Amino acid sequence: MKAFSTLIDRLIYTRSRNEKRDLIAAYLRTAPDPDRGWALAAMTGALDFPAVKSAAIRKIIGERVDPVLFALSRDYVGDTAETVSLLWPTPDAAERVGSEPTLSETVTALAGMTRASVLRELPLLLDRLDANGRFALLKFATGAMRIGVSARMAKLAFAHAFDVSSDDVEEMWHALQPPYAELFAWAAGGEEKPDASALPVFRPFMLAVPLEEREIDLSQFAAEWKWDGIRVQLVHMGGETRLYSRGGDDITGAFPDVAADFSLPAVLDGELLVRGAHQGGEEGGAASFNALQQRLGRKQVSAAMLAEYPAFVRLYDILVDGAEDVRALPWTQRRARLEALMPRLPASRFDISALIEAADFSALATLRDNARDAAIEGLMLKLRDSPYVPGRRVGLWYKWKRDPLTADCVLMYAQRGSGKRSSFYSDYTFGCWTAPPEEGGEIVPVGKAYSGFTDEELKWLDSFVRKHTVQRFGPVREVEKTLVVEVAFDSIHDSKRHKSGLAMRFPRIARIRKDKPAAEADLVETLRRQIV
Amino acid sequence: MAGTSWITSTPTGIHLPGPDVWVDPSQPAARSLITHGHADHARGGHGQVITTAETAAIMALRYGEAPDTQHAELRQEIPLGDGVSATFFPAGHVLGSAQILLQRAGERIVVTGDYKRRPDPTCLPFEPVPCDVLITEATFGLPVFTHPPILGEMARLLEARATHPNRCVLVGAYALGKAQRVIAELRRAGYNQPIYLHGALARMCALYEELGVSLGPLKLVEGHSREDLAGQIILSPPSALNDRWSRRLPDPITAMASGWMRVRQRAVQRNVELPLIISDHADWTELTNTIQELRPGEVWVTHGREEALVHWCRTRQIRARALDLAGYDDEDD
Repeated sequence: MKAFSTLIDRLIYTRSRNEKRDLIAAYLRTAPDPDRGWALAAMTGALDFPAVKSAAIRKIIGERVDPVLFALSRDYVGDTAETVSLLWPTPDAAERVGSEPTLSETVTALAGMTRASVLRELPLLLDRLDANGRFALLKFATGAMRIGVSARMAKLAFAHAFDVSSDDVEEMWHALQPPYAELFAWAAGGEEKPDASALPVFRPFMLAVPLEEREIDLSQFAAEWKWDGIRVQLVHMGGETRLYSRGGDDITGAFPDVAADFSLPAVLDGELLVRGAHQGGEEGGAASFNALQQRLGRKQVSAAMLAEYPAFVRLYDILVDGAEDVRALPWTQRRARLEALMPRLPASRFDISALIEAADFSALATLRDNARDAAIEGLMLKLRDSPYVPGRRVGLWYKWKRDPLTADCVLMYAQRGSGKRSSFYSDYTFGCWTAPPEEGGEIVPVGKAYSGFTDEELKWLDSFVRKHTVQRFGPVREVEKTLVVEVAFDSIHDSKRHKSGLAMRFPRIARIRKDKPAAEADLVETLRRQIV
Repeated sequence: MAGTSWITSTPTGIHLPGPDVWVDPSQPAARSLITHGHADHARGGHGQVITTAETAAIMALRYGEAPDTQHAELRQEIPLGDGVSATFFPAGHVLGSAQILLQRAGERIVVTGDYKRRPDPTCLPFEPVPCDVLITEATFGLPVFTHPPILGEMARLLEARATHPNRCVLVGAYALGKAQRVIAELRRAGYNQPIYLHGALARMCALYEELGVSLGPLKLVEGHSREDLAGQIILSPPSALNDRWSRRLPDPITAMASGWMRVRQRAVQRNVELPLIISDHADWTELTNTIQELRPGEVWVTHGREEALVHWCRTRQIRARALDLAGYDDEDD
């Protein structure tokens, strides 16, 4: 456990991506099996211990530390795992049962815990570790490492450590289970490469780069709408169906309705959307992202949820057709294959993302500006000759997002962030007027934003909040209603979350309007008119 | 209960209305008692200043010679008027730092100022002073703050230097107290090479030497090439760590000597690669042990994380309250 917790500690203090990669690679080369496989699983978020949840951890620490002192400490530190690791009372040497466990022993012990036994067994495990070890354990046990290492980086580091292709690693990844014995046997031990081609595994997505100021030639590029759902990969192979999100997470469990209707051998790429007139969607068409959110992040879905928010997939591309991998074919040929496949898919669950015809680039720009459908995020431009290649490559696919909507809002509350922002007031609630202030209007919350500002602006906002606090509620401060911020957002919908009855999609602080008096901020009514 | 009529606390500081004397006021005052030389406690522009000889010398270095300074001898009672007296005792925080015992009609109030209980080769150790009211700091007043033994932190610093002969280790350390303590502890750990300084630390180090704290060979960074500085330990004020100044150094390993380094994200925020948990303040254990040792009738908490310490006192049947003093800034300590 020591080597792993030291690695985690050093990763936290390392800024450069290359140095992080080298640290992980050095660990993977030298750590023994199966420890290094478990470490890879921890860094890619592949470990799940159903009995070890933050509620159990809070209960355990609550039996050892005054709850008020714990809450104040947690608020200051900004991270439960770190707070617990620091507050854990170190037992006397005589009371300690057993020496420091290895990572494998730790994983085995955590996996064996039940909701009843965790309260007794987890403390014994924590007693055998130092503060760094406790931190590492609590981080991976609760599934959120947040150490500045993505699953992708961990896989790249693996490829780097053993000098193998990262696309190979990515492709076989979903065919393997922690602690990835076959993967290490192949990369580190020179054994045969695990064969994933006949298994329902994830294939890395092809991604788009922002178009920005470029103009492109429509004879070389095809245009289609960029739908505002979630990118999804549908896989049916060896009799099994899987749905993968863009990051390669298996989301089949959240969308059993889609999975049940996909049973022909293929791998398809599309946008997962929710059908219905709900909040903006035309009758039978795609509803806004807000509706889709009801279905996301669930391990199980109720029948009512399935009926009220039926999901469907708008297809973009085909990667595997029957037994044939078609990724190397040009887009035009893949598109023809996809179109040929459509009649064999139930129309209630699948349609094809239509191509957009435009005379020239400026006609296309007009189409983009006039698109009012809530489920449209902008345009996609795809090179007609391009193969399907993993990742983001300039010159092949471009995304051209619709300009955001904006509103001038008044800062109302601020809350300290977590992680890197634990000492900054970085989460902002802002509001708009119910009526003009001279007619007795008041400011009611319309949204919350955590991003959009620069580091300099964050420092300024933090200091504004500290100097203009009128009341504190735990970690939240209410501020004087004097600062206007320009909030950018992609769309706006009805919602019960805020008093104004509105909710924004992807709100961010676009500008701080020190020049604008609060009385001139927007009215709730003005925002309401932007619901489409 | 003890002494509430002859002592008051205002956002500007602790005030004795009888003799009209302030303790560490944040605004210029006619008569002030100063616990120690850090700028947030010892400000310029006061009329009469009563403090230890060392703190007076530190203030003179920063603000110029004060027109009216009275040196307080340790453990000698100084009458202030209206029946109130002040007595200075060592606080163990930095050179010259003192706690101040205020007495009137048999009531005893101790203002700790900033203090610590651990040994420090650059200043006198804290002396516990029995009292009715303890006015304590709480900079590290949360149970997550327990400072590890300094020897281990020094070992990590020396190891970083030894394993990277082509880089330098740049240690951010507060100019008064922390810098000199880090140097003295390096010497105690057997490190006898020259230690390089940012210009802003030089005068204070020279004053420490003058006042009898020997720091060994010191050199200024200015005038030395990258090659000269490779493999060296360099000290700078924390503000210079990510400043343009540090670009002249050979690929520095950024370290910071501060009690805040106990919290990972605080180190990450400052781009620190080598966090050294070294503080001149009492940690949670020292704060609570001191209260238990002195058993005052009442505890007032001046600055820091007051809520937690006040809560802790109350759960132990000790009367406690937070004084809302403005202007004490301990971010770099």
